[in-house]
Amino acid sequence: MNINKTALHELHKKHDAKFVEFAGYSMPIQYSEGIVKEHNITRNKSGIFDVSHMGQLFVKYSPDITDKLQEILPTDLKNLKINQSKYSFLMKENGGIYDDLIITRMKNQYMIILNAACKQNDLQIIKNKLNDQSLDINNDLSLIAIQGPESKTILENVVSNVSKLKFMNGGNFSFKNNEIFITRSGYTGEDGFEISLPNKVAISFVEELISKGSTLIGLGARDTLRLEAGLCLYGHDINENTSPVEANLKWAISKNRINDNFIGSHQIKKQIEEGVSKLRVGIKPETRVIARESTKIFDEKDNEIGKVTSGTFGPSVNASIAMGYISNSHSKTDTKVFLEVRGKKVPANVCDLPFYKKSYVKGEANV
Amino acid sequence: MSDTKFSKEHEWITLDGEVGTIGITKHATEMLGDIVFAELPEKGSNVEKDGTAGVVESTKAASDVYTPVSGEVVEINQSIVDDPSKINADPEGGAWFFKLKLKDKSELDTLMNKEEYDKFAKETSA
Repeated sequence: MNINKTALHELHKKHDAKFVEFAGYSMPIQYSEGIVKEHNITRNKSGIFDVSHMGQLFVKYSPDITDKLQEILPTDLKNLKINQSKYSFLMKENGGIYDDLIITRMKNQYMIILNAACKQNDLQIIKNKLNDQSLDINNDLSLIAIQGPESKTILENVVSNVSKLKFMNGGNFSFKNNEIFITRSGYTGEDGFEISLPNKVAISFVEELISKGSTLIGLGARDTLRLEAGLCLYGHDINENTSPVEANLKWAISKNRINDNFIGSHQIKKQIEEGVSKLRVGIKPETRVIARESTKIFDEKDNEIGKVTSGTFGPSVNASIAMGYISNSHSKTDTKVFLEVRGKKVPANVCDLPFYKKSYVKGEANV
Repeated sequence: MSDTKFSKEHEWITLDGEVGTIGITKHATEMLGDIVFAELPEKGSNVEKDGTAGVVESTKAASDVYTPVSGEVVEINQSIVDDPSKINADPEGGAWFFKLKLKDKSELDTLMNKEEYDKFAKETSA
């Protein structure tokens, strides 16, 4: 298989990126600063993330497109305002998750942002459900995230009026006479923006952000940032064997759609009404020991009650942190559990997510 | 540190009388990235040459620490357990891992000197 490269590949090299293969793409895991410093730069100042490996799918409006998309997704799209974004899922009939995604209602189309590893499968499902074989991922566009408290000021210096955007809202802007689309969103627990722009201006755009004071950040720090923020990583914390209800993501199922038909609706309704046997929770080991993915979780009587799905060291909370699925009866906050790491049982506690709290900026005014 | 010896597992050892001080090399820390956790052997325990004698974890992964020689652990460096970032900052100085009372000094002869280790590290990371 050929390894794909994003439009920013040469810029990453110039900044001494260490590359890893991720979902068929050669992506920067870190730059010369290293993961912990890059993490802190994002929390304290501003970091730039190349997320161009993610799929950008645009679905043009037609009279019945909203109805058809509502048959696929559990989200209330009818009340979605123009330029508003929602977190949603592409599910299996049994409620398992094929992918988590962000859908935004634009003026003449819906934009759907898909995970890199899932995008081809997602595309096939959506094409079949919409009965539109002409749909395709737009590979002419890059996707850049800028995250952290100084990002608003830095991006405003490059794109005027962007700081007026509200959280989970977007708008059309221009850069060097190219139309770009920016949403106020992200995956770090920080205020920030995600910018969809043509590949041909991606490098010059990022170079401008760097010149205004932001820094390139690799996937390594992206992972520690998102885990501190309690956000799920597809393929680890959610997958085809976990439903949004089990993943504690019920909030993303629109309340007024619970009785509707969408893929997986039968199972979701049943799980909401009857409850589930396992739940995704935050887990905080009492020592600095890191409980990585697949670490077994035990109760005080040594019964296996779950498994860790993500675990790392959180630089901003200065502690070992993890998420995982645990039997419903042990999922209450402050429940004492034990994690089996290298043959030893490490005491830990079920805790609320996120590990790191920071309020999102809601934006100053309507756009 | 001309009398420092090195192992293929990227540990270093210096000898003071009967007691060897052991740590991991700067090259090892550069390969591991930011170290966020360290586990050391228990004081008073006996460790065997090339056996596991601790763990370090970076933000990316866990790696075992091996002892380059056999002996009894007579001292451990608690400061690197409390603040593992010290290992990245000063791996071949203040951030030593443990001290051993050597069982058999001739085991040192199986290790590399600095020049040999630098060559080995360069070749294996290329």
